[in-house]
Parts: sequence; structure tokens; C-alpha cells
Amino acid sequence: MTVSTNEMSQRGPCAQTGNLRRRRLINRALEVTAWVAAVIAVGTLAVVIGSVVLKGISSLSWQFLTTPTAPFGSGGGISNAIIGTGILVAVATAMAVPLGMLIAIFTSELAGPRLSFLFRYVLDVLNGVPTIIIGIFIFGLMVVGHQQSGLAGSVALTIVMLPLVARSSHEVLSLVPDAVKEAAMALGASRWRTTLTVVVPTALSGMITGALLAVARAAGETAPLLFTSSIFPNLVQTKLSQALPNIPVTIFQFSESPEPAKHAQAWAAALVLIAFVLLINVTARSFLARSRRQLGSSGR
Amino acid sequence: MPDTKEKISARLVPRAEPEGDMRVTTGAAQQEVAGDTSRQVRLQELNAFYGNHQAVRDVNLAFEPGRVTGIIGPSGCGKSTLVRCVNRMHEEIPGARSEGQVLLDGVDLHDRAIDVVSVRRFVGMVFQKPNPFPTMSIFGNVAAGLRFTGTPRNEVADRVTEALQGAGLWDEVKDRLSSSGLSLSGGQQQRLCIARALAVQPQVLLMDEPCSALDPIATLKIEELIGELKDKVTIVLVTHNMQQAARIADTTAFMLGGELIEVDSTEKMFTNPSDERTEQYVTGKYG
Repeated sequence: MTVSTNEMSQRGPCAQTGNLRRRRLINRALEVTAWVAAVIAVGTLAVVIGSVVLKGISSLSWQFLTTPTAPFGSGGGISNAIIGTGILVAVATAMAVPLGMLIAIFTSELAGPRLSFLFRYVLDVLNGVPTIIIGIFIFGLMVVGHQQSGLAGSVALTIVMLPLVARSSHEVLSLVPDAVKEAAMALGASRWRTTLTVVVPTALSGMITGALLAVARAAGETAPLLFTSSIFPNLVQTKLSQALPNIPVTIFQFSESPEPAKHAQAWAAALVLIAFVLLINVTARSFLARSRRQLGSSGR
Repeated sequence: MPDTKEKISARLVPRAEPEGDMRVTTGAAQQEVAGDTSRQVRLQELNAFYGNHQAVRDVNLAFEPGRVTGIIGPSGCGKSTLVRCVNRMHEEIPGARSEGQVLLDGVDLHDRAIDVVSVRRFVGMVFQKPNPFPTMSIFGNVAAGLRFTGTPRNEVADRVTEALQGAGLWDEVKDRLSSSGLSLSGGQQQRLCIARALAVQPQVLLMDEPCSALDPIATLKIEELIGELKDKVTIVLVTHNMQQAARIADTTAFMLGGELIEVDSTEKMFTNPSDERTEQYVTGKYG
């Protein structure tokens, strides 16, 4: 503070050389490029959400959310699809989350490096399998010779969710500092005890984040349900043994309808789905923030 | 498992130490043994490996009760590995193994029949960086070891208080036992970790550079604490800091390249060491 700015500017070493100018230009160019890329990404999302809101808001009403689908015209709503999606996703979550988390505990805490790599590789491949294939697979396994059912749909969604849950949980579990695990083992805790009482609680918020993102993904999946839970009446269905109405397939059916009123309802249903997914995402973020605090402050 | 534990407890009653090839035989150490338990650790022909790399070579060394044994040496000399062999934390690392004996009052802790959980019940450890359990409260952290070892519920609160008092942390935390362990300062966190180790009432406390992440004032507090604890628990202190060893260790061992070069009273080690390499190290010529 004792040196005046005038004195600073007169100093030789602070003068700009050609090299410095060039580095600054490159720096600026990269900054601008990164900004543009970020704006495109955010802009795309804004356009998607914006157009769904604009086109869907007019058909959205309390009545739309609380009445089952009407076969024709602008009446009726999607309550049966909302309830059906709720059941499908809840059952899939109940299967995929515990199983996925156990797989993650295996790959991060118990398996040796090679076996862990192999499992994670298989999970990544499974994650990359187009969901329509998963739909056909479950169709062949559970629908052919029987009938479409909510259970078949849930199992298909479980297969979609499983690698997401397992891989995200693995990543969070592997962030738990070794120092914390060592502390538990040095106190006489067995490996399992360490995992259950120290490692999992430390990673839990992050694991929940991953699970919620998988739920959001499953809620919007259409392909796995096309073959397994797409032929349903315009009624509220709650039995897993029957095909359950659901939002994604309903959107598809509405949009295929010749009636403009149904097109508007398709947009409204899409808005409901997007709102649901966004809500889950925001919840997931809040868990992520908690997880960062717990992992970050101990993992210096 | 409880059987093994009872077995080791039964075998840990005081017994006359056979005269061995102990390299430290000081009169003071012999007097201190007079307590109701003896708590002496003796390493015999200890070798430790990471895969093909040998980190500790043929070490014979005794950690005497009532005395702080400092282990000094340059980075990578095997001093951390050596202490991690005592509570068998070394074998938790994939590919790591050890040979030789670690005798706690004559019982070989490396014996296959002895459960590793009971070893760690008797040999506590404090690590380089404070590592409280991030999801647990101050109370929960200290109680963790008690829960792992199945201490009856009604005893836990008293033992936690006792351990926090023992670690000189009680007055600072008694009004906020339910806050997170991470809410404490670095020095307090390290004392919390010491309290956590003390809560299970170990006979030996291994401290692996416990002050290296702390500021000088926090370091001083831990050093004072070590002085107070040494009558209750045999302390092994690995340190990078020669001044620290000179300040608080009663016996100092110098390691180099996995070998134990020299062990003697701290005063002799720093003023008149027998081995030339020790002298070079303590006078700052290398390391």
C-alpha cells in the first residue's frame, strides 16, 4: 500500500512483452470459447424447458392432475399415469437402490482391484446398453407367454437404474479418505464394521444423490416400458400384475393421437414429468452439498 | 472372538520377563515396570515387506513401559511401517506382509491364533493427520471404539468422559459433546483422536507423527499430554522432528533404510551416539 500505482507502472519488469501479450490472447480466446459452450448448454436446457412450459401450461390444471385419462377430447387428465409411474419407479427404486449400493460396497471396499475393475467395466457396459434393448429383454423374459405387467416394467427400470446407482455410489465410497477407514480399523473394527459404521455413513449423502439421479432418469424412461407396461386402460391401476399406466408412455400415446386437444395434453404431461425430474434433481443437489461438506472437510 | 480376547487377557497378566537380547536395559525402565500390568512390547527379528520391497529389516527393539520411545529417521526409512506392524495395520495394505515376532508381555501379537481385533484393543494408534469420523459427534467419536469392542452401554458415558479428560480436551468440549468432531480445531481434533484411542484403555499407544499437521502451540499441548500419559500407557512416537524426540522421548531409536541403526537413552543419542550414521543424522548432515 505504500507503493503508489504511478511507481508501479514505471517499473521495467512489469512492462508487457510480446510473449505476455500472446499468452493473454490465447487465454482470452479459451475463456470466450468456454463461455460460449456453457451458454449453449444452459441455453438448450432453457429452450427445452421453456417450450414445454409454454405449450403445456394451458392444459395444466388441478383437474388434469386428478382425473384419469379420457379416451377422447380435451377432458380427463393423467392421474392414472402419475400413480402408475409412482408405483413403477418406487418398486424399481426399492430393487435397484439396495442392490446397487451393495454392489458399490463390494466394488469399493471388498473386491480386489482387478475384480473391482471388471465389475465396474461390466456396469459401464450395462449403462451403455440402449434402454429399448433392456425393454425387449424383459419382454422376452417376463411378458411373452404371460402379459404386460407393472412388475415387468419395474424390473426393466431396475436394470436401467442399477448401473447408475452402483457406479455413482462406488465413486462416492472411494472418496472416503483411507485415513478414516484406518482410524476405524485401528480401533478394532472389522472390515464390515468399518464399512457399515464409518464408510457408508460418511458417503451416504453422496450415495443418496446418485440414487435420486437414477430415480429421475427412470421416471422419464419410455423405451423399457413400451414392451412391458404400455397397454393399459384409462383407469387408475395399482396392481403390479397388470400393466400400469405411466407418464412417458402416456405422452407418447397422446402425441400420436389425431386430436389437437391430446397434443396439448401431451405437452402438459411432459411438463409434469419435467417438473418431477427437476424436483428430484434439486433434492439430489442438496444432498450433494451435504456430502461435499462431510467428505471435503475430512479429506484434506 | 470373545474367547480369543479372554485368552489374550489371561495371558497378559504380569509375568517375569525372561532376559532377552533387549538392546535397551536401563535401570529406570525396570523400576517403572512395577505397576499391576507391565505393557512391554518387544520386536524380535521383525521384517516387513510391500510386495518385493523390504521396508523393515531384522529389527530387534523393545518399547519399555513408563517411557516414551521415539523413533527417528529420514523419510522412507521404515519407521511408520515398523509401528504399523505392532498393531497389525501393516497387513491391511494389499500385498504387504511381515515376518518375525511382536511380543506384548511375551504374547506374540502376530500369532495366527490371535484375533486382530483383540490386538488393536490392546494397542491403540494415533495417525499423522487428525482423522475424526466425519459423521460422528465429539462424543460419538470417542465412543466409537467402545462400541466396536462391545463395551456395555451404561459404561460408555463414563469412559468417554474419562478419555476426554485423559486427552486434556474435556474442559474445551464438555458443553458441546454433540457437535461434530470436525467443528474442532486441528489440534483439538488430534487430541480427540487421542481420546478415542485411550477410551478402549489400550496398554500401548502408537503415535505416527502425531504433530506433523499441527501448529506449534497445538504441538506443545500434545507433547505435554504425551508426558502425562506415559505412566499409564507405553508410548511409541514416530517423529520427523528431531527436536520433538529430544524434548519428549526417554529412549530414542534411529532407523535408516529399514534397519535399526541405534537405540539408546535420548540424551546419549543426541549427545554421544555410538554409531557414526546416528551422529550424522542428529547433527543434520543428512536425512
